[in-house]
Amino acid sequence: MGDYPSRSVNSTAGDLSVTPRHAQGAGYGGSPSNFDEPPRGGGGALPKKARFSIEAGFRGLSTASGAMVLVIIVAIAVFLISKAVPALQANTGNFLTQFEWAPNDTQPSFGIAALAFGTVLSSIIALVVAVPIALSIALFLSHYAPKRLATPLGFVIDLLAAVPSVVFGLWGRDVFQEPVRDFSIWLNKYFSWIPLFGGDGPFGQSIMLGGLVLAIMVLPIVTSLSREVFQQTPGMNEEAALALGATRWEMVRTAVLPYGKPGVIAAVMLGLGRALGETIALALTLSVAFDISFNLIENGGNSVAANIANSFAEANDTGRGALIASGLVLFAITLVVNMTARAIIYRRREFRDAAA
Amino acid sequence: MAKRIEASNVSSYYGSFKAIDSVSMTVEPKTITALIGPSGCGKSTFLRSVNRMHEVLPGARIEGSLTIDDQNIYDPDVDVTAVRRMIGMVFQRPNPFPTMSIYENAVAGLKLNGVKKKAILDEAAEKSLRSANLWDEVKDRLDRPGAGLSGGQQQRLCIARTIAVEPQVVLMDEPCSALDPISTLAIEDLMFKLKDRFTIIIVTHNMQQAARVSDKTGFFSIDKTGDPGRLIEYDDTQKIFSNPAQKKTEDYITGRFG
Repeated sequence: MGDYPSRSVNSTAGDLSVTPRHAQGAGYGGSPSNFDEPPRGGGGALPKKARFSIEAGFRGLSTASGAMVLVIIVAIAVFLISKAVPALQANTGNFLTQFEWAPNDTQPSFGIAALAFGTVLSSIIALVVAVPIALSIALFLSHYAPKRLATPLGFVIDLLAAVPSVVFGLWGRDVFQEPVRDFSIWLNKYFSWIPLFGGDGPFGQSIMLGGLVLAIMVLPIVTSLSREVFQQTPGMNEEAALALGATRWEMVRTAVLPYGKPGVIAAVMLGLGRALGETIALALTLSVAFDISFNLIENGGNSVAANIANSFAEANDTGRGALIASGLVLFAITLVVNMTARAIIYRRREFRDAAA
Repeated sequence: MAKRIEASNVSSYYGSFKAIDSVSMTVEPKTITALIGPSGCGKSTFLRSVNRMHEVLPGARIEGSLTIDDQNIYDPDVDVTAVRRMIGMVFQRPNPFPTMSIYENAVAGLKLNGVKKKAILDEAAEKSLRSANLWDEVKDRLDRPGAGLSGGQQQRLCIARTIAVEPQVVLMDEPCSALDPISTLAIEDLMFKLKDRFTIIIVTHNMQQAARVSDKTGFFSIDKTGDPGRLIEYDDTQKIFSNPAQKKTEDYITGRFG
């Protein structure tokens, strides 16, 4: 540590015989008993600037951390592409349109469309179900519930976020499947004229079950982030709305929801990120099928991540490359989703900045 | 438009803490009444009791009666939102809605009351912004964020937002305390102008301001911390500042208190 020449051992607090580098402001001098010592504001010659200091060290550290993110992203992209390209070249089918996944054959043939569709559809179901519920809970916790109730309830919600996804998957397969099957049969009986609920069965291990399990997993993230955002609404804006003659719900609509909107979008995107990338819960609840079907209740469905988990163990070189190519597609989907979210948030940035 | 307010024996509480003790005063229509007094003496609490904003805080309640043209605003059958629409309020710190443009802020109250026709909103926005002496400064940028204005402009925007719903009474809780002297003057001018249409009650720490703008002045005080605030004296502003009846009032306005 000899690299710190000017950071002399004398510059510890208390010893004032050497001019301290951190001036404490004039007029803050010592007691009358030690007039001999220079004042804390610094006496004598101005000290030299430190060449190596905590300041520079910390700046270097944070710059390096920032750069590391880029390095990691690039490394991942290079890894994915270099593994994916040979498999894609060996593919005898069309990667975008083929409805099967047989990369381990001597004539490999695989396509991403069904997997990407399943990923997106199950995530959409999850969000459609979870977001309204999550926002209602968040509003209830932040603006309606008495504090005595809101605190423990918020804690329970956070606890739900801590449940591992494999537990959700097992619960979805072994417990939740029954009621979903019954519900699916009921839907099929009365609403089979809607294509979403058509089909002849069997029902249960469907994209709906997967989507609902995902919804439960997404719920706590969206709830707790939205609640944080809603709680940050400036009290004076809430009072302004009330003083204009707003009811409680009108106050929420005028002051709380618009203020929280960017945060809510961010929360929903985080939830969507979790839903898109969720692996084991879907691998356990869906019954594998390779087609694009809007039927929500019949057995079937698949997702990119679930397919990777299911097929990786038996995959050969080309198979692994194919799975990695599918991972690349998932990567692209989440990237597009995140960038869309950013664009939405940035569009009204002017209003956010003015408020700060 | 303007209405008369009568408070009799109003006591306000925060939980078990009594913030003001039996305040009685009558505010005549189309006058400006100033409430002065040291910090914590309950003048803001009294002001917030007048439009039932006091009860927004958990555990807050009042005793006594407050009437506006002989209608009890604390009647259990009265719709609290109607009271607040009738008795508007301007707060200490400018609080335009940060997510709304200048125009949207000006008509926020009307939209809350279900007005949807663009023509009516446009007209109300212009009228209230003109009344608030802000129109000329913002007419070319009505779609810009309200929070991007200067502090004084923001406060006038808040006044415009308050008067756009055409209340009968406007309460102002230290509306100039966060503003520079020029913006303060602009708001004082505005108050004179609004006096023709509204009854105004203003809480202020600035005694010159009270002397300049008000017709009547009420002086609140507390004996010591923890005691409820009381209305010590309430009279014509002229009299309060030249020849107050109470020794405490005289001490306060001449700066010898405590």
